[in-house]
Amino acid sequence: MSTATNSQALPPVKRRNAELAMTLAAIGLTMFALIEIGLTRNGEMPPQLFLYGGVFGGLAVLAHVFIRFFAPWSDPLLLPLATLLNGLGIGMLWRLDQGGIDRAGPMSQLILTAASMAVFAAIVFFLKEPRTLQRYPYIIGLGAVVLLLLPLLPGIGMTVNGARQWLNLGFTTIQPSEFAKIALVIFLSGYMVSKRDVLSLASKQIKVGRFKILDLPRMRDMAPMAAMWGFCIIVLVILMNDLGTSLLLFGTFLAMIYVATHRSSWIVIGLTAFFGACVALYPFVSHFKVRMVTWLDAFAPDVYCVDGVPDDAWCRLNGDSQQLVRGIFALAEGGVTGSGFGGGDVGYIIEVQNDFIFAAFAEELGLTGIMVMLLALVLMVERGMRIALASKELFIKMFASGISFLIGFQTFVVIGGVTRVIPMTGATIPFVAKGGSALLSSWIMLALLMRMSNNARKPAPQAIQDEGATQVIQR
Amino acid sequence: MSDLTLMLIKVAYLAVLWLFVIFAVGVIRTDLIGSPSKSKRRPRPSPSGQDGGAPRRPAAPKAPRGRRNEPRTLVVTKGPLAGNSLPLGPHPILIGRANDATLVINDDYASGRHARIYSENGRWFVEDLGSTNGTYLGQQRLTRPQPVSVGQPIRIGKTVLELRK
Repeated sequence: MSTATNSQALPPVKRRNAELAMTLAAIGLTMFALIEIGLTRNGEMPPQLFLYGGVFGGLAVLAHVFIRFFAPWSDPLLLPLATLLNGLGIGMLWRLDQGGIDRAGPMSQLILTAASMAVFAAIVFFLKEPRTLQRYPYIIGLGAVVLLLLPLLPGIGMTVNGARQWLNLGFTTIQPSEFAKIALVIFLSGYMVSKRDVLSLASKQIKVGRFKILDLPRMRDMAPMAAMWGFCIIVLVILMNDLGTSLLLFGTFLAMIYVATHRSSWIVIGLTAFFGACVALYPFVSHFKVRMVTWLDAFAPDVYCVDGVPDDAWCRLNGDSQQLVRGIFALAEGGVTGSGFGGGDVGYIIEVQNDFIFAAFAEELGLTGIMVMLLALVLMVERGMRIALASKELFIKMFASGISFLIGFQTFVVIGGVTRVIPMTGATIPFVAKGGSALLSSWIMLALLMRMSNNARKPAPQAIQDEGATQVIQR
Repeated sequence: MSDLTLMLIKVAYLAVLWLFVIFAVGVIRTDLIGSPSKSKRRPRPSPSGQDGGAPRRPAAPKAPRGRRNEPRTLVVTKGPLAGNSLPLGPHPILIGRANDATLVINDDYASGRHARIYSENGRWFVEDLGSTNGTYLGQQRLTRPQPVSVGQPIRIGKTVLELRK
């Protein structure tokens, strides 16, 4: 019975035509967005419609054709969703460019999209079996640590907006933490597969009367958790002021250890340790304190730093909460249906092309529009979890669920920051926001998911004879 | 561009965005529960109420049960569980030593998931699920699903089962 349900988990259907139709719809939505922006802002059809829409659409269709040939069994929904998010991002950046924000740079985003899709295709083509990554977990883990530490090097490290998370290579800047998180997921998948039994079985039960409260792991099994915690707190928060990456990596670690062991005690211990460290650090680490104050008291005049008190000591020392507050005003301005794509006044939001692109979408598309954006991301995460369920190997299960959780959690961290649910951290919405490293790493994650879904959904090779000794195995 | 046109464009854009989401969920829906054409095909093999039309549909699954030769129970005639019986329903019956089997037989010669008995188009079939010692229908070892009639012995290890009316 259970074998029967397993084989039905994902029916062996390709549904490439559904993917094509959805991708074309996503391209159409991008073009529609450009037209709406042109009509609203300038009262005419945008002259660059075919430059942006055509090039972007061509790229997306090429990606689809590539998938049709090289990963025909992969999930039909991932590529259209990524196309929609990426297209909406390019549309919004073009709109910001029209609105006079020079840093928006829609053209560079389009070029980066092309480059990212090329990397996407290369990964889908060359990484035929993602499980080969399982062979080198420690090397990849070391790579992740090195990538995370690179910005601390004096020569090439760069501090942007207080966070030391950039590398300046002269001709371009990259954000290595975006790639480190993927490497970390690979390392954790490999590590958890080998240590899973120890982490999930050895335990000491804590009981209150008859009731089981917690399954405490043994002290020595806490070492990986302690290492991860120490790294996230000491290196990322204290030295690099990169609260976003820290939260993202530690959250992913907890999610993966939970997936591997199915024990909630790991999550309780991890969250207690992380928030305990945050509370303990609060009085001592000044930039951390700034983030907390701008989050908790965002609307206080001396934190907001209105023009009346420019000489206030707090403002001069610590910056202000204007970015956050302006973002919230934009959310409020948007309301349910928004002001129409291109009809809002979003130029006054600080870093609108980057962290706060969500606020710009909220003002122009309203709640109705950003719900679509969120649903697209939710569907992407759902497909990823589905791939994890449908895969047979433990490593692939861990890998797919880790990557999907990463996408979902990153979205939560950004949007939670913009909507003032959690402190501002400075991560970016996958596929949407401006930024080459973020876009590239999003497409890399998509490529990994596509390849894994292709292998999971591909029907098993058929034996020629019923009980023959030789079988043809298709690769 | 008048304001009204712009507002219409705005509403149209939001509507199209939602249409995209709805179509996306539609793609998933067929992924989860099979394509609509397949689920339509399934009720077709039991066209007992063709003239009656829609109101008689719910009664259709009951109709085969009234037939004379239809087995109703699965009885264990030999082995550790001899004498036990199991009503036959629409669901397939998994036989084996595994705890999640429908009929858990405590037989040293049976595999964890040994065999499956299921009905298709009103006939009952037995299928060996790759067991170590094999499933026998009468004297013959099963290599593929075989139809079973009432009273035919199905041997699994030391256990013998039969379909009864």
